[in-house]
Amino acid sequence: MGNLLSIITFTPLLAALILALFLRGGDEAAARNAKWLALAATVLTFLVSLLLLTGFDPHAPGFQFVEDRPWILGLHYKLGVDGLSVLFVLLTTALMPLTIAACWKVDVRVKEYMIAFLVLESLMIGVFVALDLVLFYLFFEAGLIPMFLIIGIWGGKDRIYASFKFFLYTFLGSVLMLVAMIAMYVQAGTTDIPTLLAFQFSAGPLNLAGWQIAGGVQTLLWLAFFASFAVKMPMWPVHTWLPDAHVQAPTAGSVVLAAILLKMGGYGFLRFSLPMFPVASHLMGPFVLWLSAIAIVYTSLVALVQQDMKKLIAYSSVAHMGFVTMGLFAANQQGIDGAIFQMLSHGFVSGALFLCVGVIYDRMHTRDIDAYGGLVNRMPIYALVFMFFTMANVGLPGTSGFVGEFLTLMGVFQVNTWVAAVATTGVILSASYALWLYRRVALGDLVKETLKTITDMDLREQIIFAPLVAMSLFLGLYPSSVTDIVGPSVAALVQHYDTQVAQAPALMQATQLAQN
Amino acid sequence: MNPGDFSTALPEVLIAIYAMAALLFGVYSGKDKAASLVLWATAAVFVLVALWIGTSSGSRTAFGGMFIDDAFARFAKVTVLVSAAAVLAIGQDYMSRRDLLRFEYPVLIALAVVGMMIMVSAGDLMALYMGLELQSLALYVVASLRRDNVKSTEAGLKYFVLGALSSGLLLYGASLTYGFAGTTLFSGIITTVHQGDMSMGLLFGLVFLLSGLAFKISAVPFHMWTPDVYEGSPTPVTAFFATAPKVAAMALIARLAEGAFGSAPKDWGQILALLSVASMYLGAVAAIGQKDIKRLMAYSSISHMGFALMGLAAGTAGGVKAMLIYMVIYVTMNVGAFAFILSMEKDGKPVTDIASLRMYSRREPLKALAILVLMFSLAGVPPMVGFFGKFYVLMAAVNAGMAWLAVLGVIASVIGAFYYLRIVYYMYFGEDRAGIDAGTMRPVAWAALMVSAVIMVVGVVNLFGVEALAQAAAGALVH
Repeated sequence: MGNLLSIITFTPLLAALILALFLRGGDEAAARNAKWLALAATVLTFLVSLLLLTGFDPHAPGFQFVEDRPWILGLHYKLGVDGLSVLFVLLTTALMPLTIAACWKVDVRVKEYMIAFLVLESLMIGVFVALDLVLFYLFFEAGLIPMFLIIGIWGGKDRIYASFKFFLYTFLGSVLMLVAMIAMYVQAGTTDIPTLLAFQFSAGPLNLAGWQIAGGVQTLLWLAFFASFAVKMPMWPVHTWLPDAHVQAPTAGSVVLAAILLKMGGYGFLRFSLPMFPVASHLMGPFVLWLSAIAIVYTSLVALVQQDMKKLIAYSSVAHMGFVTMGLFAANQQGIDGAIFQMLSHGFVSGALFLCVGVIYDRMHTRDIDAYGGLVNRMPIYALVFMFFTMANVGLPGTSGFVGEFLTLMGVFQVNTWVAAVATTGVILSASYALWLYRRVALGDLVKETLKTITDMDLREQIIFAPLVAMSLFLGLYPSSVTDIVGPSVAALVQHYDTQVAQAPALMQATQLAQN
Repeated sequence: MNPGDFSTALPEVLIAIYAMAALLFGVYSGKDKAASLVLWATAAVFVLVALWIGTSSGSRTAFGGMFIDDAFARFAKVTVLVSAAAVLAIGQDYMSRRDLLRFEYPVLIALAVVGMMIMVSAGDLMALYMGLELQSLALYVVASLRRDNVKSTEAGLKYFVLGALSSGLLLYGASLTYGFAGTTLFSGIITTVHQGDMSMGLLFGLVFLLSGLAFKISAVPFHMWTPDVYEGSPTPVTAFFATAPKVAAMALIARLAEGAFGSAPKDWGQILALLSVASMYLGAVAAIGQKDIKRLMAYSSISHMGFALMGLAAGTAGGVKAMLIYMVIYVTMNVGAFAFILSMEKDGKPVTDIASLRMYSRREPLKALAILVLMFSLAGVPPMVGFFGKFYVLMAAVNAGMAWLAVLGVIASVIGAFYYLRIVYYMYFGEDRAGIDAGTMRPVAWAALMVSAVIMVVGVVNLFGVEALAQAAAGALVH
């Protein structure tokens, strides 16, 4: 199977095309067919993507399953995966069937809804497998279009504001990255990612309009990429689009946004910033670490006072992404392993939490925390599932949340003890907001009249949550299932980074001498 | 002058003869009955000539160097001809139903096209001016084609007065250039410039020439006429303004800058870069508040011209190539978008209010999707082909060491994305209120819209070979 990655990437798109071209009519039967076709396509994609896992050799250096075809302007249609990306592909393909199943009750423009999600899945997978700068950018940016429509058409009351903010905010970040990519193309003469990974971008000091820039070109390129990924991640203080987008997006949209789209930022740091601009990453490392520490504490405090459940979970997402950036820019084995682990774990846990909100939102049509209370009395299964994911969100040992937080904290402790100390207080804060949320929603007596008739999760919902619970437990109890796969690639990355950083003083001097 | 000269300019000569023959035919066949026939015949002639030019090759000059036929001219001519034919075709129904389809309309368009073809082939300031004026005079008239309408008349008059002013600037620049270079031939001017003789007078001449031409592509600060003329002219005429003349004028600027002042890209590069930045930002910001889709498209075209100028400002072969690709993509998008705007109707009357698109996607899902694709393409969002247009010009700018221009450009494109998104917002997110009628689109316009939208998506695969042609064209111009 020479083109396995293309098959995985474009199967959902093909299904979307079939839906768009051949499914006629707006009646209930058509809507049902659309849902089943979308579900079948995503499940098929997931099954095919399992071949990636079986055929993947963690110890082989470089990229695997590579496809390479010439494209316009000397660009290449080049796909491939390595230890850093393969699990993100699987995360995407595994979560999409659940997402589709979660929006089974949607009754407005069902066909278009399914098409949007299928297109989005193709684009998200494309981001993780693209091995050409421009191809990566294409997938990265194109994902904005279906997400813009999902929020705008199927979203809540203020959906228009949220969708515009989402689009323009992320678009502004990304176009700067585009200019940086073009500058890299001009400097290195290629957009091939494996070649660029080995290319050494000049780090000599640069004088820009009277400003002496340490790390030179590398720093400028790094900043441009940072603008894009920090918004996507999102990092404090450019996170403000996320709560709006989450609150207004439909449940399935929130799940995809939190579970997969946010990971693109982290993946971008891993794929571009760290290996391609190591000197700049090293220079800017403390800056990112402190931003992350602030993000963890600040957004946890903000989460504490939220009235809207989705908003609370959105802020907790920002805090958890803080752990990811912190681990990444600690730039050691534990830190990066932990960051990847945290991203995967957050994909399952936050996705599940948004689904939990979706379950009661479907019944009560409100996300206001005050509207609930004592749900455990009428919804025991729901209360159990919700508690499980609350605990996973807090990072209870035995769940996947713990491993990621622990590894990133350990990684950062070796680099910057103060940041580690500040971030650890965030763990306590996250316990307080998550547990408090749970208490207010699920525990106590069921006194609200409106809740007296609420029903527990039905079979469909239980089936959706089962794999999420299983994955979260599995990752928590057997973390080396992940670290075995990512480990060798991370080790290679860390080694490359350390060599480059060790040479950094020389590199930063070299061009200066040449200029003199 | 020798007989070979005429064979070099044969396509232009033939279209000119055709235009006069059509004029006679129209006069003798009794007014406007034959108008539809003449219109279709004109479109067919354009397509045939485009095929003929497209398949010829080589590089020749005629009339002592005043007329140049090379790969660059052919590329621009084919783009002009095909887009003019497409605009004639999509506008036919609109014009005939509004009783605007006089036989003079296709004849004037044909004459304007001859002017444009001479413009892009000009090798001399005289030829440049002749072509430009032939084009402009024809366009002044078609702008006020709807004689009994105040706005249309105003559009024609405004266009004429400002156009005359720009011609004056251009002529003044030409005379300065002639005075200081001693010749009006581009090849002569470049020899003078090569000798290191970029005198102050020549520089002034260059500035005035560029100012005059900037009017024609409506680059800021010479853009004031654009929104009013776009709004006032009958929509098919607006569609024409937005496409073919822009290509011709842009090609002319490239020809003049590279061909006559080629060795001094520093001098004109700065001017073009300034025009580019101003156009991109004004186009992006001023379009935000527009309620009329034709005015919006006017500002959108100003912004797009800014991007195309960015390619030229680079002053390299890559830059010219980027500009040509950009223009082809721009024209394709505009033909599609105007095919739709033409058919926006409410109770049989044309409307151009953006708000009338409310919830269009519910009534016409397929067409709404096509517009969505075109809008994202105009905004330059990948994977639509419009992104590649931007990518090429940004690439040219960075390659020429103008990264600052590229950064300013992408930020402008984010601002501009807002108003394209606003159209999508009306079509998809708006409240469901009475908007434009469904099913008013004629087959020709429908086909143009769909083809344009499909190209914007499918073109991602290889841009249909336009890249190689543009490369050859740029190679012919920049040595």
